[in-house]
Amino acid sequence: MSEHALLRVDGLTVGFSTEQGPVRVVEDVSFELKAGHTLGLVGESGCGKSVTAQTIMRLLPSPPSRIDAGRILFDGKDLAAATQREMQKIRGDRIGMVFQEPMTSLNPTLRIGEQIAEPLMLHRGQRRAEADEQVIGVLKQVGIGNAERRLLQYPHELSGGLRQRVMIAMAIICKPKLLIADEPTTALDVTIQAQIMELLKALQKELGLAVLLITHDLGMVAEMCETIAVMYAGRIVETGRTVDVFANPHHPYTYGLLTSSPRRARKGERLPSIPGLVPPPGARGQGCSFAARCPNVLERCRIDAPPLIALGKDAAACWNPVP
Amino acid sequence: MTPLLEARGLSKFFPARDGKGLVRAVNDVSLSLAEGETLGIVGESGCGKSTLARMLMRLIEPSGGKVLFQGEDLLSLSRAAMRQKRRDIQIVFQDPYASLDPRMNIAQIIAEPLDIHGIGSTAERAAKVKDLIALVGLDPASATRYPHEFSGGQRQRIGIARAIALEPRLVVLDEPVSALDVSIQSQILNLLDDLKLRLRLSYVFISHDLSVVQHVSDRVAVMYLGRIVEEGPADAVLGAPKHPYTQALISAIPEIDSTRRKTHVLLPGDPPNPEDVPPGCAFNPRCPIAQEICRRDEPPLRSSGASRARCHFVDEA
Repeated sequence: MSEHALLRVDGLTVGFSTEQGPVRVVEDVSFELKAGHTLGLVGESGCGKSVTAQTIMRLLPSPPSRIDAGRILFDGKDLAAATQREMQKIRGDRIGMVFQEPMTSLNPTLRIGEQIAEPLMLHRGQRRAEADEQVIGVLKQVGIGNAERRLLQYPHELSGGLRQRVMIAMAIICKPKLLIADEPTTALDVTIQAQIMELLKALQKELGLAVLLITHDLGMVAEMCETIAVMYAGRIVETGRTVDVFANPHHPYTYGLLTSSPRRARKGERLPSIPGLVPPPGARGQGCSFAARCPNVLERCRIDAPPLIALGKDAAACWNPVP
Repeated sequence: MTPLLEARGLSKFFPARDGKGLVRAVNDVSLSLAEGETLGIVGESGCGKSTLARMLMRLIEPSGGKVLFQGEDLLSLSRAAMRQKRRDIQIVFQDPYASLDPRMNIAQIIAEPLDIHGIGSTAERAAKVKDLIALVGLDPASATRYPHEFSGGQRQRIGIARAIALEPRLVVLDEPVSALDVSIQSQILNLLDDLKLRLRLSYVFISHDLSVVQHVSDRVAVMYLGRIVEEGPADAVLGAPKHPYTQALISAIPEIDSTRRKTHVLLPGDPPNPEDVPPGCAFNPRCPIAQEICRRDEPPLRSSGASRARCHFVDEA
């Protein structure tokens, strides 16, 4: 592993206590992200990608969630062992966050200006009046015209696309080193999605941000991220440079995801599909969690969960990979 | 040959929130669907596609225009006659969580249309339900289970079984795979394709996802602010789009394959408020090629090749 990783997640394992007993949701997840780089963490609902992101930010209440093992090294400091007080100093300052649903992440009773100024007041000890100039600056930076007037508006007066820009403004106003974006465009229409994606790309370059992008959209990862980590049932099943993984996916799950998109199929033909369902946490059993759906399954797969194995230009957790 | 379904000048206006104006949710839409075809309707939130879908089966009463089903004007039917007609026209909704009654088990949900229309004896109905459960690929043992016990994809199968129980001619699919993960989405699209052939169905397929629409549709209509802005054979509309809005929509899709990646045509701003549609072409404030005439005159749908587009510059576009 590199010495220069800004964020290094090492063997992260997260469980939840439920009425049926403890359940593992994220298992032995490791990845690293260098300063100024982009990593896409992709997977379908319930694969553990959002839990991973929220655990890095330590946003999950404990109980019921619990870090069972692993370290989250950010700039050399282990966030897994940090107190909530320490986390409050880091969140919104050195790590910015953008979530899927801007309407539920913004405070409906506060004007936009107040909300964007909040990180400056909290982390830089600025008074509200001092913050205005910077707030207007950051609104312009995220492409919100008429900034002086927007400051005085409430979230419900803005469209979904503008709200997401406000979220991004809040996330970057303290000039963080790392931006965690959890499905930042999923709730938006496709033309607005394209605007937000271009904005994130531009900001990433301009500010030298490292971006951890959590998404189910493989196309978005292809366009935004240098490296990719594909998650399935709580584990990273394949990781590498995005171009390599997409050009030559080794894990049968990654392969299935890429080929089942109607984008690639010929019209009128049956879509290749992955049979069955994602096993819920707690029912993932022994061995590889994908075994029950896998076209390449071997006897060994049902007994023995494969680790990430270097293969060609990337790494896949598979005993019988796609060549 | 008479089309299976035809909309002529169909409109739905709602009073605006200020009480004065009108929201033209659907404005003068004409469409036709031949037997055995799939008509895709695409557009972003608020473009009127779901309102249009509901009017096609008269779940919403239109403000104007006609809906002809097998040549018969649905709007002239009495309530009782319309209820009978619904045997032939069914709908599948986007959200399989919200559209299934949580207190009914799967067999009851699928049997409900059969009960309402008094089809067959109790034993015949039970046999039919069993067949339907197998037909949509659900486990026969699941008949006595409740919706919350199923995943999203399985719930959508239940919704589909209910929709085809009466052996309809036409099924309106309103964002049927939008709530589903990719690996499940392809399963449901394959199922819809199988059922279409087997039961000789025709589909109206509403979606915001152009790649899905391209895969399933014979014809496609693109909507923007209540109007059809482009319409024609799927390959023409999505392969060689004429309207600048369709072009922007297609270019906005993030592309996995870097060799096929195009630069995004970024549309500035948001779709305008449907309560306050700009004069001239409704798309003009966001259009990359808008001219003076676009701010003044609304363009008609013009033929261009195999498709029609609502743009003054359709030939140059």
